[in-house]
Amino acid sequence: MRQTIVRSVAELPTYGYGPRSGPWWGAMGFMALEGMGFAIAIGAYLYLYAVNPNWPIGALPPDLWPGTTETAVYLLSIIPNEITNRAAHRQDLAKVRAGLVVMALIGIALLVLRGFEFAHLNTRWDNSAYGSIVWLILGLHTTHLATDVGDTVVLAVLMFTRHAKPRRFSDVTDNVFYWNFVVLAWLPLYVLLDWVPRL
Amino acid sequence: MSMAAEPNELRDDVLNGLQLSTQLERVWRTPSGLFGALMSVDHKVVGRRYIVTAFAFLLLGGVLAILMRVQLAGPEKTFLSADKYNQIFTMHGSTMMFLFAVPVMEAFAVYLVPLMVGTRNIAFPRLNAFSYWMFLFGGCFLWISFLFNVGPDVGWFAYVPLSNLQFTPTKRADVWAQMITFTEVAALAVSVEIVVTVFKLRAPGMTLDRIPLFVWAMLVTSFLVMFAMPSIMVASTSLILDRLVNTRFYDPSSGGHPLLWQHLFWFFGHPEVYIIFIPGTGMVSAILATFARRPVIGYPVIILSLIATGFLSFGLWVHHMFVTGLPQLGAGLFTASSMLIAVPSGLQIFCWLATLWDGRPVYRTPLLFVIGFIVIFVLGGLSGVMVASVPIDTQVHDTYFVVAHFHYVLIGGAVFPLLGAVYYWLPKITGRMLSERLGRWNFWLAFVGFNIAFFPMHILGLIGMPRRVYTYTAEMDWAHLNLLSSGGALLFALSFALLLVNVIYSLRKGELAGDNPWSASTLEWATTSPPPPQGFDRIPVVKHRDPLWADGESLPVVAGLSVERREVLLTSLAEAEPQIREASPEPSIWPLLTAVATTVFFIGSIFTPWAVLWGTPPMAVTLIGWFWPTGSKEDEE
Amino acid sequence: MGSHAKVMSVWVRTALVLSATWLLAGCSGRQSALDPQGLQSEQIRQTLFVFLVVATIIWIAVVFVLSMGMLRRKREAAQPLGLHEEFEERSGRVILMLGLATTVVVLGLSVVSYAGQRTVFAKSENALTLKIIGHQWWWEVHYEGDSPDKTFATANEIRIPTGQPVKVELESADVIHSFWVPSLTGKMDLITGQKNELQFTAKKAGVYRGQCAEFCGLQHAHMAFAVIALPPDEFGRWRDHENQSASSPPDQLGRQGEALFRARGCALCHNISGTPAGGQMGPDLTHIGSRTTIAAGTLPNTPATLGAWIADPQHIKPGNLMPQMPLQSGELIAILHYLEQLK
Repeated sequence: MRQTIVRSVAELPTYGYGPRSGPWWGAMGFMALEGMGFAIAIGAYLYLYAVNPNWPIGALPPDLWPGTTETAVYLLSIIPNEITNRAAHRQDLAKVRAGLVVMALIGIALLVLRGFEFAHLNTRWDNSAYGSIVWLILGLHTTHLATDVGDTVVLAVLMFTRHAKPRRFSDVTDNVFYWNFVVLAWLPLYVLLDWVPRL
Repeated sequence: MSMAAEPNELRDDVLNGLQLSTQLERVWRTPSGLFGALMSVDHKVVGRRYIVTAFAFLLLGGVLAILMRVQLAGPEKTFLSADKYNQIFTMHGSTMMFLFAVPVMEAFAVYLVPLMVGTRNIAFPRLNAFSYWMFLFGGCFLWISFLFNVGPDVGWFAYVPLSNLQFTPTKRADVWAQMITFTEVAALAVSVEIVVTVFKLRAPGMTLDRIPLFVWAMLVTSFLVMFAMPSIMVASTSLILDRLVNTRFYDPSSGGHPLLWQHLFWFFGHPEVYIIFIPGTGMVSAILATFARRPVIGYPVIILSLIATGFLSFGLWVHHMFVTGLPQLGAGLFTASSMLIAVPSGLQIFCWLATLWDGRPVYRTPLLFVIGFIVIFVLGGLSGVMVASVPIDTQVHDTYFVVAHFHYVLIGGAVFPLLGAVYYWLPKITGRMLSERLGRWNFWLAFVGFNIAFFPMHILGLIGMPRRVYTYTAEMDWAHLNLLSSGGALLFALSFALLLVNVIYSLRKGELAGDNPWSASTLEWATTSPPPPQGFDRIPVVKHRDPLWADGESLPVVAGLSVERREVLLTSLAEAEPQIREASPEPSIWPLLTAVATTVFFIGSIFTPWAVLWGTPPMAVTLIGWFWPTGSKEDEE
Repeated sequence: MGSHAKVMSVWVRTALVLSATWLLAGCSGRQSALDPQGLQSEQIRQTLFVFLVVATIIWIAVVFVLSMGMLRRKREAAQPLGLHEEFEERSGRVILMLGLATTVVVLGLSVVSYAGQRTVFAKSENALTLKIIGHQWWWEVHYEGDSPDKTFATANEIRIPTGQPVKVELESADVIHSFWVPSLTGKMDLITGQKNELQFTAKKAGVYRGQCAEFCGLQHAHMAFAVIALPPDEFGRWRDHENQSASSPPDQLGRQGEALFRARGCALCHNISGTPAGGQMGPDLTHIGSRTTIAAGTLPNTPATLGAWIADPQHIKPGNLMPQMPLQSGELIAILHYLEQLK
């Protein structure tokens, strides 16, 4: 087919932030389906809760301190996360490097805390359906946490190499964005796992 | 640091014609050789593989169907043992749903959507390649298991407790559950790609109300996949955990409940039907406009219907559970919600009828399949209204009436449009036309064969024949109708053989198609057949819902994209205003390696939970390889 | 294009469909939703009939409009984007009206459905209560009496009085099954860890075949049963008889059979009331001689089939849980004789 050039896009930038960029929407898509996964798992928990007269089944509720400490760390982590975000928008490489390292360390600390949380659930996955769903939900969120920490570590390393080009700042902001999702997803799970059994 | 790349970079505004094509082809082509083929991230190459693989699974699933029809052709036949039969009907359902119907629709979307929205490649091309490999490995895993007599035999729905370790101590149920995981990963990945492609990669000017209906259909489908499939992932994971590490999700003696499985399964399972059907409606709209020689009437009505169908499809899963002893009032409400989905489906049918009424139809093979679709699908939809009624369902649930119903809906609603789509779009994909003569034979054989095969099943169900029985006794009066049905199934199978012959003939001797053999209106017909690796030499500018009908001889395009590296144009979500010239990934072997590592992880984990430990590092390594910049121009900016 | 052929085929098909439905509705199947013999199944057939008529009319209307749209003479116009404004507007209105009509029809049918549902699931107080437990692949049946001595068990064959509501309580011993006697009522699942309930009333005396409708594993196809509806007085007599323990065998061969029944392991799984045989794994055999079928409706109950079953159950119903016991032919004859006279 013949073509008529009607406009030029030569002056457009080659990367962008937030909803302008493709990867941001990709992250959004994965958050949507992972969020749905959490919603389904929560639904399964509530179903089992509804059909069982005794809850938790044959166990004490989880000890509060690991989950509560985690929740506090999650909420506080939003601050360095947002600082990293702003640095990335400013393309301030030094600050971004520092921010990523801090976020990676926070992530690792949370993984350690998560280990304690598993140990203080007061039930095993094979004790009862209660134990099973609790382990499944916590496992699901731990997978998210671990994946994001892995991602953050790799990105942090990347930003210390020659590949730390301007477009990587966009990747950093997407990483920040995803971390917010990990935090946000945790809050209802914390209520569900630590407080619902105490109702 | 900011905007422009190196100032001396070559752009497509200084090249023209053949020079431009050649240069773009050099940048965008898949590397040659076997290794190159394994690295391909071209949506057309991956899409073609996806389509061929899905059809291969259709063939396998079809062979199983014929085996079942032979066994059921008469009473007390011993052609298949109970054990084989149970494996075969499970394999048939699982193959058709998970390895054919959903993937083939996504395959067409992977191939067509980027072309129809006027871009060079799908969003996240490497994820796309990874998705294909996962689909392929998952499908092969299921079928190889079957050939080694470890094929699942618990039904495509794998109800617990039958699929629990206690009642299925072999690996058969694990194979089923893990196949689900494979195909869901693949489907979820494609869905995200399609959504982002439609949101961000549309040609400038393709505002929301100029998006082709097929693309709209695939967008809605992708959202359905994203919100339905997590449910089956949770289900299959919990089943595997029950079987492997002794969790108690489905063990009533420890607080678990078998109905939890059914809720999780059908919360996915019912939208699944629309995940298969909605792309079919998109194909119908595309074909109808071209062959009725006018745009489809009621474009906004159709889009709203698609969206309404999508929403409603999440509110009726319980109609699969009417006989599980749920509270009666609740069940009654689900009757109403299930029937209500007839309204958006009906609206679409009315729009198509009006289009045909006002159009000047050209009766080529694709249109024949669309007409066959209307006749068959409406019948299936109406029997669907019947099974939505609680009292009627208590009789027909789990009988051949339901088998008839969903084959009318799925074959009528999805496979007939799909066959129309093959006749319609294959010329674009291969550059050669299919034989019209064989095509007509194909259609009539399929139409007649299908109805003879499946109509009698309605009656069989009403006169008491349950599903999933490997045989029945002579005194049951079911023999004649079953024989008739088996005969029809053979005719129907023959129609697919004819399609295969037609495709092979076309590949060798088919008439050359040219860019736009049907004088169609959408952008995929604005490029050559088959399209070059870059899709389009220049990105089109869209000013009308039917650009090729509105623009006449000359296509408006944009210029200014790089011809030295892979670049696609990102536009805004609603108005499709150009925003970014974004780099598009180069071919890479890492998606394949990641898929291999994931496969080892998945298959290993049905044998030992430790696979989760030793299976993770290879996945992590391959993923880092995938995302680590290679220092190529695309990456460094 | 063969539009004519197409329309023809559509009509031929419609005619075929209608006549087939009519023919089948006329004939009486032993296990058929179209041949209702109970209050509930009659109601369901009525609801089904309303839906069927509405559906048929709609389908014919759609195919008619489709055919007319294809057959009507079209004005010539070269441009696919030529103006059709008037038609668009008109058809837009028609489409919305039809959409509205669809909604009305659908809501109307929902009401019809709900009315039918209420009748089908209505509960009555004076129902005869049975407990049915699904097993892979047979049905355990308990008749609940006013006192323990009025309570007895049987298998795969359910006798009920005509005209009286029957309540079956459904449970499962293993996987999910589904209780379905289409001539009397719709189905209900037997779900592990859950108690379901179903009520129905037979209007006429007769033998109504039922079958498991939920896939339950290897021999799902061979999990049938019979509901035998008897006039109330006859049912009363049967019930009194069934309540009694097995009579001791009158002859030498029978006594030998009884001893062998225990010695060869049969009694480990089967119960025969009034004898030391008290197994609970398999069907209760206290009155096996009076049942009409064996192996969950797989075969008619004759000396030949029962003998063949005992000799090699895996041949007749592969995978079922009854093992093949090594018996000499004389022993088989004795056991068979013993069971035959457990009327």
